[in-house]
Amino acid sequence: MADLTTEYLGLQLANPLVPSASPLSKDLDMAKQLEDAGASALVMYSLFEEKIDYEEEHMARFLHEQAIGHSEAASFHPVPDNYISHQDEYLEQLHQLKTQLDIPVIASLNGTSSSGWIHYGKELQQAGADALELNVYYVAADPEETSRDVEARYINLLKDLRQHVSLPITMKLSSQFSSILYMAQQLEAAGANGLALFNRFYQPDVDLESLEVIPRLELSSSMESLLRIRWVALLHGRVNLSLAVTGGFHTTEDILKALLAGADVTHLCSALLQHGPEHLGDILADLKAWLEEHEYDSISQLKGSISQQHAIDPAAFERANYVNVLDSFSHPRGVRR
Amino acid sequence: MLTIDGNEAAATVAHKLNEVIAIYPITPASPMGEWADEWSSRGQTNLWGTVPHVVEMQSEAGAAGAVHGALQSGALTTTFTASQGLLLMIPNMYKIAGELTPTVFHIAARSLACQALSIFGDHSDVMTTRMTGFGMLCSNSPQEVMDFALIAQAASLEGKVPMLHFFDGFRTSHEVAKIAGLDDDILRAMIKPEWLAAHRANAMSPEHPVLRGSSQNPDVYFQARETVNPFYTRMPGIVQTSMDRFAELTGRHYHLFDYVGNPDAERVVILMGSGAEAVEETVDYLTRQGENVGLLKVRLYRPFDPDSLLAALPASCRRIAVLDRTKEPGADGEPLYKDVLAALAQDHVSGNSRFKAMPTVIGGRYGLSSKEFTPAMIKAVFDELAVEQPKNHFTIGIHDDLGQTSLAWDDMFRTDAHAETFQAMFYGLGSDGTVSANKNSIKIIGESTDWHAQGYFVYDSKKSGAVTVSHLRFGPKPIHSSYLIGDNDANFVACHQPVFLERYDMLDKAADEAVFLLNSPASPDKVWNTLTTKMQQQILDKKIRFYTIDAYAVAADTGMGSRINTIMQTCFFAISGILPRDDAITAIKKAVEKTYGKKGRKIVELNFKAIDETLACLHEVKIPNKASSDIQLPPPVPDSAPEFVQQVTGAIIAGRGDQIPVSFFPNNGGFPVGTAAYEKRNLALEIPVLDPDLCTQCGKCPLVCPHASIRSKIFPKSALANAPATFKSAPMRGKDFPAGMHITYQVAPEDCTGCGLCVDICPIRDKTNASRKALNMAPQPPLRAQERENWEFFLTLPEYDRRELKPTTIKGSMVFQPLFEFSGACVGCGETPYVKLASQLFGDRMMVANATGCSSIYGGNLPTTPWTTNAEGRGPAWNNSLFEDNAEFGLGMRLAVDKQEEHARELLLELRDQLDTNLVDAIINADQSDEAGIHEQRERVAQLRKALQNIASPAAESLLQLAENLCKKSVWIMGGDGWAYDIGYGGLDHVLASGHNVNILVLDTEVYSNTGGQTSKATPRGAVAKFSAGGKPTGKKDLALLAMDYENVYVAHIAYGAKDIQTLRAFLEAEAHDGPSLLIAYSPCIAHGVDLSNNHRQQDLAVKSGHWPLFRFDPKRIEKGENPLHLDSPEPSIPYKEFIQTETRFNMLFYSHPEDAEQFLQQAQEEVLHRYSYYRQLAELDWDEDTSIAATKAKTKQDKTEA
Repeated sequence: MADLTTEYLGLQLANPLVPSASPLSKDLDMAKQLEDAGASALVMYSLFEEKIDYEEEHMARFLHEQAIGHSEAASFHPVPDNYISHQDEYLEQLHQLKTQLDIPVIASLNGTSSSGWIHYGKELQQAGADALELNVYYVAADPEETSRDVEARYINLLKDLRQHVSLPITMKLSSQFSSILYMAQQLEAAGANGLALFNRFYQPDVDLESLEVIPRLELSSSMESLLRIRWVALLHGRVNLSLAVTGGFHTTEDILKALLAGADVTHLCSALLQHGPEHLGDILADLKAWLEEHEYDSISQLKGSISQQHAIDPAAFERANYVNVLDSFSHPRGVRR
Repeated sequence: MLTIDGNEAAATVAHKLNEVIAIYPITPASPMGEWADEWSSRGQTNLWGTVPHVVEMQSEAGAAGAVHGALQSGALTTTFTASQGLLLMIPNMYKIAGELTPTVFHIAARSLACQALSIFGDHSDVMTTRMTGFGMLCSNSPQEVMDFALIAQAASLEGKVPMLHFFDGFRTSHEVAKIAGLDDDILRAMIKPEWLAAHRANAMSPEHPVLRGSSQNPDVYFQARETVNPFYTRMPGIVQTSMDRFAELTGRHYHLFDYVGNPDAERVVILMGSGAEAVEETVDYLTRQGENVGLLKVRLYRPFDPDSLLAALPASCRRIAVLDRTKEPGADGEPLYKDVLAALAQDHVSGNSRFKAMPTVIGGRYGLSSKEFTPAMIKAVFDELAVEQPKNHFTIGIHDDLGQTSLAWDDMFRTDAHAETFQAMFYGLGSDGTVSANKNSIKIIGESTDWHAQGYFVYDSKKSGAVTVSHLRFGPKPIHSSYLIGDNDANFVACHQPVFLERYDMLDKAADEAVFLLNSPASPDKVWNTLTTKMQQQILDKKIRFYTIDAYAVAADTGMGSRINTIMQTCFFAISGILPRDDAITAIKKAVEKTYGKKGRKIVELNFKAIDETLACLHEVKIPNKASSDIQLPPPVPDSAPEFVQQVTGAIIAGRGDQIPVSFFPNNGGFPVGTAAYEKRNLALEIPVLDPDLCTQCGKCPLVCPHASIRSKIFPKSALANAPATFKSAPMRGKDFPAGMHITYQVAPEDCTGCGLCVDICPIRDKTNASRKALNMAPQPPLRAQERENWEFFLTLPEYDRRELKPTTIKGSMVFQPLFEFSGACVGCGETPYVKLASQLFGDRMMVANATGCSSIYGGNLPTTPWTTNAEGRGPAWNNSLFEDNAEFGLGMRLAVDKQEEHARELLLELRDQLDTNLVDAIINADQSDEAGIHEQRERVAQLRKALQNIASPAAESLLQLAENLCKKSVWIMGGDGWAYDIGYGGLDHVLASGHNVNILVLDTEVYSNTGGQTSKATPRGAVAKFSAGGKPTGKKDLALLAMDYENVYVAHIAYGAKDIQTLRAFLEAEAHDGPSLLIAYSPCIAHGVDLSNNHRQQDLAVKSGHWPLFRFDPKRIEKGENPLHLDSPEPSIPYKEFIQTETRFNMLFYSHPEDAEQFLQQAQEEVLHRYSYYRQLAELDWDEDTSIAATKAKTKQDKTEA
């Protein structure tokens, strides 16, 4: 029987299937079902600093509005004595997950300010997270800001946080960097333990009736996995970082491709939302079957076996898509035209 | 020590000493119920370790009934109320006392509604209960409130006489003071367990049943009534013993009557309530000046104990003035005066009097409706006692040039009470947090020093842009000054809003060498020039130190948005010198941490940053050596206003209402209409600007404007000849209008509140720039002068002939002139657009009965009121009776109008032969169902009147008086959900059942908005409101369904922000229905915890989620065999959660009680779906089918009616 174990962020995992940050981890029962189905670790939904800020602002406004009155009404709402914030809720859920699950729990943090990253990072470490995934997404919309400046934001953030947090840290990145490999090396130097490739975010959509811009998030499709597979193949062996792929991993095939390209773990989200936690068990079974059918001993054996460094055609990962696609229509070498 | 107000002091003791608390909101007593509810919902226990059960009832009458039942069943029970609420309790008070049941009612004493409602303090309410058999104990200060709440409870339990514990509304109920608390040991020591056991043993029980509440006949009732006498005889002694025991425990010793002053005084003032504090201060001063004066404070007013009264008076006493804070019209003196007089007379005839001769006693009235009662006035009373023939039945504090009752006083008189006191005044807005910051400052000073502290807060009567003036005193000695800080007395004056510079002479208040703090965007070197000449001169004359800060800039820079309260508070501590600066800053930071610490790390950081930044941005202004400004305070109303408006309205606006003499006032409560138009409040930072090229003339902007500040008019192009250059209009679109007509949408720039709802509703976007609409907000100041001129020109344009407009379209109906304008309602109010719409459609023939509540306050609170008239002088006739009786009040109007119309028709027929018979027949048979019909009838009636003048007969004279009733009159009954669902529901139900032609508009905000957002039966499940701090556990009452069951009632559920045309149709159909109509109007409110700039979105979400289905039930359709119910909104299309997550009233519960919130949400989701499907089924019933349930039911009802 093939050995499915893998190592991710220094954590020994039973297999490379790790549900990614999603609403699934908000529900304890669901989390248990995922564990039962074979998930080897769990990335929690994100603790959003923006949401905490929004809540604080909301509460400050609420308290301020208590003073907006007239002679008959000094206030309009009872002020709650206890108050469960997004952060309280998150830490409590982390605690519950840690208590009730045997698999490692990776907390996910989406911050906006430097002080926020450090503050919440420390809180998550204290609450018992096994690792920390930093969900960084920044829309560089300031024409004065150079690409170097943008990269520096990530690097500095990580450096600051590294000083205060001893947990393994993985950076969940966007694909929109001029040089992902260079960026990865910089992050490694700044103290990252891993990378998660790549973030999927709400995109602005337009309501044609109201002409308003509405954020929209669609579930992923397998097509999206290819971008991740390319970059994990390019990164494997070039950096000393754990590598996770996330976004578009729906089928056993998607996952195998990523592992072959060099991923240490593959994250699943949309597929589990669509098909339920048992889908993970099905994939796991298929994965085992494939490995056995193809006579692989272990995941570590196949991991990175088609990465750019080991690929049959290393240049394929570097070619621009257009050429690549056209190329796929050329005749086999041994065929006369 | 605690720093709390009188209400909290009373509630603290009441919550500790009771098991059941039945409540109902009424100003100024509401906070007592709110505290009790909040503490119970947090699980706070009473003295015996259980959490008191707090229940809100449907009215004070209901609360009193519940109290009676709970008392009879052995629970320690209490309630809190005031004013008309107390009057509603009177029937039960007789019962409770008649059954010798111990309880304490805590009363924030308030004026009664007579010629007008007033929310302020006097003893009119409590005095009406003195025959009920309740004992009456009066507290004079927040400390006494706490102490007497306990003493009253102990004495009542011991003596079995129920007690009314009262204190002055606002002056004591809302005065924040530093007082000593009462710990549980003291409470326990005061309440003997055997009394509690006796109370419980007296409870009704099937284990040992007794019948109470029997009906007695002439043979025995009288005797049985006399059985209670021994209890009343014993009660004063019991109260005194209770006071003595309290003294042993706390060192604070009270007596039934407390005398202070010269032990050999010849002149003595007797009174009770907060006024006694000011008298004590004055007596203390005058005695030290060698005057032989004294004060007798009445503590226990009922049972009245003449012996204790006489014993407490010095034997030297020769002249007594008894002051009553109430009025008994037609009596030869007020109650306390007569009681004192009777005591002295009885003493005199007994032959055992301590007095050499019976003292001369005069009675006077003071302080009605919280009228100021100052040492100067008190000195005038003592002076009056010194004249040979002192005036009896005098008044003090007003200028009575009508009855000549008033005493004159010297405004300049001061005691020396404030030699060591620091007095500070702050002018702020309700919305800028000034009051809460000041409450916080009092706490800081109270807690970090040994000083005594007092805070009192005066609000103006508006809801939008309410001005607050805070009066704070701090000093080493106890503060007895139960009056406002006077002219030249304030050591510190702060102006938190620069716009007040052109409204108030605030430096009149400043003492010599005072500090003046101004929040102003002007730089320190320019700010001097923004002051009026008068202020500059006052700064020079009084050597005032002048500081300035741009608080809004500091707030914006430090991420505080527009919250300036912490910044201004920091300034106060930094420059007042009241505490060492660093200590003060530390204390403010500590307070910030306490307020926000648990809820917001970042908010604390922002506040700290703002505090530090404030110190860097606060500047002392270098004072030039002479005044250079030519700015003068503008007159409060324009010089062109009518005389009454100048003399009365203008004086009130300018803050000089106290000086208006009696004779200037109408004696029957009637006031001229249309006065809101005179008060230009300039609240808006930004106002809407029209792009006439983009505008499609849809009429939505005037529809949604809560303040009638944007209007449309259609006029011939030729009228533009004299238009100002910037006046905007466009040729009229649409075939309904003749060529050459123009339309304009004009804003009243100084009346607009800047809510932005007109821009929000505007459906037209610039095709090349989606962020621009046909209306766009732009800063007001640069537009003010220009748009004022345009507005004035707009007013001169003629109104379009109503007969030519289509009222069924938004565009057409919005050309009707609003006869409800510029009210003081909240910015973005969700109620007023409905009220205004009714005034547009029917205002010229409308009579309005308005239930007490928000709509009666923004509709009828002086100085200026929004109901107005058209060019012919016609307009809504508006009146407010009470809270509980509004439907009946309106029905009475209808009955009178119908009766008089009937009589007019009778007279018309009687006089037919003497008149033009064609005219008579035309009048009798007139169709007044549309504008043209009404117009023609008015013309006919005018003709009739002319003709009648030539007929000399009693019938002709009568008809002349009644003829106006031949023209259509539309009766509108308006009020909020508190009225319609709760306190007035019985009457509303009766009026619906009566079948009479009235239109009922329920402005449903789903809470008691006016008193601060307490739960009503309209409050939805899961909403957090006062009295439902843990979320309302029951669903909203379906008033529409109840009304539809009558089947002859027109019923509509409307939300103009979701579907304006449906709202318009409902109004027109309701008016057309010859029977009762009920419009239930969804009205977003500040109490929902939403920014009202989202008013329309909230209405839309309410409809889409199914929370507020739109429908109309028109009985007219039944006659045609059609189903009367028509659904106007589709099935819920968004999850209920999507609606509730946008409103604090719902989403707060997800933070405080997430599991309950989730459960309420699920239930509510099911309910809205179920309700919609139920309505749909009702709407699908076949009414044409003889055997259908609906038709059968209708038939049965018809048979019943005919029988």
